[in-house]
Amino acid sequence: MEGDDSLLTTEDNNKEVVELEVAPALISVHPAHHSVAVAVGCELRVFNLREGCPVTLGAESGEVCHHKDSIRAIRYGAKGNVFVSAGDDKLVKIWTTDSWRCMYSVSTEKKVSAVAISDNGQFVCYADKFGVVWVVELDEFNENQALVQKKGSPLLAHYCSIITSLEFSPDGQFIITADRDFKIRVTMFPKKPLDGAHEIQSYCLGHTEFVSCLAFVYNVDCPHGYLVSGSGDSTVRLWDFTSGLLLNTCDVGSEVGRLMANGTESNYFAITDLCATCDGSSICVAVQGLPGILLLTCNLLAKTLSILKVVSINGEDFIPTSIGTSLTSNFLWMVMGVSNLPGFDSSSLARVRIISGLTNCNSESGDQNHNILEDQQVPGGETLLQQLQGSLSIDKDVFSAAAEAVKTSMRNLLIKKQYSSEKREFRKRGRNDRKAKR
Amino acid sequence: MQLEEKIASGDESNPCISKSTRLPRKRFYRARAHSNPLSDSHFPVPISPHHVEYSVHYPHFFPSSDSPPDSKKIEFADVGCGFGGLLISLATLFPETLMIGMELRDKVTEYVKERILALRVANPGQYQNVSVVRTNSMKYIPNYFEKSQLSKMFFLFPDPHFKEKNHRRRVISPFLLDEYAYAIRAGGIIYTITDVEELGDWMKSCLENHPLFAALTEEELEADPVVKLLSSATEEGQKVSRNGGQTFKAVFRRIVPSV
Repeated sequence: MEGDDSLLTTEDNNKEVVELEVAPALISVHPAHHSVAVAVGCELRVFNLREGCPVTLGAESGEVCHHKDSIRAIRYGAKGNVFVSAGDDKLVKIWTTDSWRCMYSVSTEKKVSAVAISDNGQFVCYADKFGVVWVVELDEFNENQALVQKKGSPLLAHYCSIITSLEFSPDGQFIITADRDFKIRVTMFPKKPLDGAHEIQSYCLGHTEFVSCLAFVYNVDCPHGYLVSGSGDSTVRLWDFTSGLLLNTCDVGSEVGRLMANGTESNYFAITDLCATCDGSSICVAVQGLPGILLLTCNLLAKTLSILKVVSINGEDFIPTSIGTSLTSNFLWMVMGVSNLPGFDSSSLARVRIISGLTNCNSESGDQNHNILEDQQVPGGETLLQQLQGSLSIDKDVFSAAAEAVKTSMRNLLIKKQYSSEKREFRKRGRNDRKAKR
Repeated sequence: MQLEEKIASGDESNPCISKSTRLPRKRFYRARAHSNPLSDSHFPVPISPHHVEYSVHYPHFFPSSDSPPDSKKIEFADVGCGFGGLLISLATLFPETLMIGMELRDKVTEYVKERILALRVANPGQYQNVSVVRTNSMKYIPNYFEKSQLSKMFFLFPDPHFKEKNHRRRVISPFLLDEYAYAIRAGGIIYTITDVEELGDWMKSCLENHPLFAALTEEELEADPVVKLLSSATEEGQKVSRNGGQTFKAVFRRIVPSV
């Protein structure tokens, strides 16, 4: 912490500055690669990959149903016919991906930090910043139906901790929740979720900082799969989620630190996002401060993770804020972006890139056929980029400011502030038992 | 450890310790009744149950810091143990069982620590199975206890958090019962008692509505020697008796639900 000349001055300064919270851009890909969605601030931008055209949300019904504040979580259901978006406007919107109509709107008490959809597409779960996970049941949707308001039922809770990630296990038996207090909880997802999920299967404990992202890795030989988690402690860990056993820890931080020894002064390499390739052979990791993607190979039989290499984007200082893949294609979609960026004309920016050919990576062959697609090679080409990015060209200065802003906002949200003892005593000065003279 | 040496060497100068009984004096450990359960306080938390320092808490049972795989584990947890009254009574009733008190307030935790150390010195071979840790049990139960590790869990005279907006801070709630059910083995027992009727109703109804807990019958309550200690062994309980107040108990067993 920087030295405080006078504790009083700092307190006053904090009160005066009211900043809009910076929100990182998010990307999600339809499981069968029919469409791709990017969320920047309160805007949800979707592109139809099958027909090669941009999507206007709610066009058929003529309803205006946009989010009014930053979107913090987006997701396609495993079957691809449902899409969920939610965030700071305390609304969870559930869309049908055929016509992109908003089917359901759920109003929440607190801002939403994560969403997930059960495998059968019947239940949507969302988590708030106070640690409660809620569930809504989706009924059969009638195309001519007007927007339905729904209310969530509480499913489970992490006591007073921001839930950063929510995932269902591949067989749909468990729901996994990760939080700011280093914990990952594996709970049985019951037949009647509206009554609550009370049976905790295990806890995956081992991270020494907030857990930021979760993914499952599995293949034909190992269909049950394992859980992969990324954290602010700069590690990626592999878990047997049924027992809570830590199988392997991959120290991403030291490797990235080594690679960037000349570049940066900080050694803070929190994991921003991760996802597994569809064949279960590799994990793609987005790391704060690292341009490009870190690739890990995953050996499901040996239950290990190892660092393969960094794939960097030439000519751009591209630090992804969100990444995603589909089950059918070979593409890793990445977005770098942020909204509410102070001090710039256009306060939001998004840049989309794709890396192809990441499956079938193995450590024996040093060179794979992975390929960073140029703008013209991207499916949907410049039309897609125009739709998802909002514009075709991005200012370099905006890029680096964006990266810093996202890093700071994540740290402020998820790492508890450490106060010196003088500062702590000062903060207690208004307390009743402090005021009274002994 | 310094204090233990002082006591052993007969050092009379520490005012916090009574000269006659050698036990810590409560008035030097006064603390507010409330501690904010939402604050992220500055105490160390074990990363996982394997990181709990058994050799620090129970040196008699764990002389070295390596614990062999089949070693004893903590079985009783007193959540919000206050000044330690219940634990002290349980320690001699169950001399072979390891038990721990969890308390949020640091001064009170210090008091209990010193009380235990003093009792260990004054009664060789006894009180080696009881210890205390300063922690927020509403956040960190899974860090201390493995699945199905505990056989008894105690919640004696918890903070009522009267205002409805603060009900979610209560230590017994439908969500937290999921975590306690995780830590308590099937057949294990959860004991709660309070002198606030509304809180007593609340705790009872949370437990009744939870699929993993079932109430003990009257006969079972009569037969359990621990039940009587709930009102008599703690400082809070003794205060309530002195004032002629009523107490409200809810004692439930952790069950395996029929599928």
